[in-house]
Amino acid sequence: MPVWERSSTARVVPPARPRKLAKVPFVELADGRLQGVVSSGSDIGRVYVSSIAAGTYAFACSTNNNRPCGGARGTFCNHIRALVGEAVLQYGAERVARYLKAETPGGEPDAEALVSVMTGTRPAQGDTSAAAPVFSRFLRHLAYLELEPTTAPLPEMQWFPATRTAA
Amino acid sequence: MRTDLLTDPVDGLDEALAAVDAFDRVLVAGLLRPQPAQAAGLAALAHSVAGTPLASLVAEAADKAAAGAAGEDHLVALAAARTALMGSVHDALTDRVADATGRPRAERSTRDTPADTPGANVLAAARAWLCDLARAGWQGIDHELVSGAGPVVSAMLPDPRLRRQATLLDGFAAELAASCPGATLERVPVRRWADLWTRALLLTLPGAARTPAADTVTGRLLPLGVDVQEHATAVQAQVHAVLEPSDGSAPRLVRAAVSAPKPDTVVGAGLWQLLRPRMSLLGAAGEGRAVELDAMPVTAEGDLVWDDERARTGESADPFATARVILSTAADPVTAPLDRHPAGIAVPVLVEGYTAEREDDGPLTFTLAGHRLTVDTERVPAASPLTPEAVAASGACLGLLRWDAGEFVLQPLAVETTVRKKTVALHAGAWAGGTTDKLGARAEKAATDSVAVLRERAGKLLRK
Ligand SMILES: [Zn+2]
Repeated sequence: MPVWERSSTARVVPPARPRKLAKVPFVELADGRLQGVVSSGSDIGRVYVSSIAAGTYAFACSTNNNRPCGGARGTFCNHIRALVGEAVLQYGAERVARYLKAETPGGEPDAEALVSVMTGTRPAQGDTSAAAPVFSRFLRHLAYLELEPTTAPLPEMQWFPATRTAA
Repeated sequence: MRTDLLTDPVDGLDEALAAVDAFDRVLVAGLLRPQPAQAAGLAALAHSVAGTPLASLVAEAADKAAAGAAGEDHLVALAAARTALMGSVHDALTDRVADATGRPRAERSTRDTPADTPGANVLAAARAWLCDLARAGWQGIDHELVSGAGPVVSAMLPDPRLRRQATLLDGFAAELAASCPGATLERVPVRRWADLWTRALLLTLPGAARTPAADTVTGRLLPLGVDVQEHATAVQAQVHAVLEPSDGSAPRLVRAAVSAPKPDTVVGAGLWQLLRPRMSLLGAAGEGRAVELDAMPVTAEGDLVWDDERARTGESADPFATARVILSTAADPVTAPLDRHPAGIAVPVLVEGYTAEREDDGPLTFTLAGHRLTVDTERVPAASPLTPEAVAASGACLGLLRWDAGEFVLQPLAVETTVRKKTVALHAGAWAGGTTDKLGARAEKAATDSVAVLRERAGKLLRK
């Protein structure tokens, strides 16, 4: 077997790159979608749940109370564009492009090229049924901050070495 | 240190690992409809433990699994056999390390405390999920199967007694989720996922994860360095140190860990910020200070179960001085029987007088007395002044001796380099307690802002 396959500490998922969280507090590549939570520019109490499906680029955007986003008619709204931008910061453009199955012409993709490739296919507007599960994943994500640190040793963490190089 | 011993072959190692590999390949395709090659892999595992008390149990399990009819107990028996093999590999490697360092080994104290086994229901759910994984195989994983771990992890996380299981399952499931669907995987981390699966399955058994702090220690703690481990939603910092007991008994190597679950966007300096308030030792280690311990709880494996009330930060103590003066006489701790696995080997050593080399894209190596030791600079945490360049330019290195993928490697905890004819030390954990370094301070500020945003959101949304 090749060395990587024989390694107990082979790196499978690179760590997230640091980014500012105010605009887009939550981004993930999960359930076959790029999805996340985007802050409202005007109302601090409101957030938008935005997503793009891998492959079809079907997009959806609505508030956490399931009111449709006025900007997401016919094409990507600013929330979805912000989501792509922050996903590129967090995961690197290549990983986002690979997950969404979006091939950008030329070399290194960037957020702008990704958006233009996807909108260029005139993607359909998806339904907002994913909003509730995405929002509940965001809440679960936030709940991690509420958990107490412990000083009992976790020997299993030896399988998860720090990785200097981010995504 | 006798580095020549680290490159010498170890008797029986290849045979043991061949049996492990044979079983690990079985898990790639899964146990739903086993093929002849998988039956052979299962038989190889059973054969390897034929002379042990596990023999009949594992032989039966291998037969059932080869027929596509393995139940939970059978899969647990196979996991036990693999654990025993890895345990024997661990023992052979740690014997070799002890020969190389020439250090004494601590006696294992066999004091037992009553088993406390919380969470029977959720552990049973975890076991069922892991058995489904084994049936599907790594090539058969999909989002639906992998997401089954979610509710189990959510139920476990709030109970600190289930933190080991929760943290492992969470990290493992995240990797699997990022690798779905398994059918299109270009390559599979064969040994790693088999390790994690085996480990997780055994940790669902009553008493398997127990690490009672049956004793206490009093004396002076001299930190050597800080090792950081992390996955997307958890972090642990482990301080390696020499303890000089105040009763005048021989010095011994101990560890003190602090860990926390975390959102995946908390990284870099944010990790230190999460952990710092829970363990004053991080600050002391970062500043290079000794700590006076008064009746600090300790496990039989030499893990201090840290309590700030029982610690007082003392005078400055240079880790390199500790390493040069006391390390060679300090006894290495003994590993708990179930924790014996090569991935757990992390032995503090000091190496000096080497030639650092890097060939093309290859890893950095230190050559000592004609023998090469690979240096794993990737393991240094991101929020640290210790860079791969500094390691490559160093003249002395304090590190952890580890073993992975067939070879010993050195993980740097600190190095000494010469800058304008002066010796300068750089420590991986230098920023653990905070920093005035310009780059470090900027990273701290960014991390503080990120966590503040998340806490503000959590305050609004979680308590609605
Ligand atoms: Zn929108």
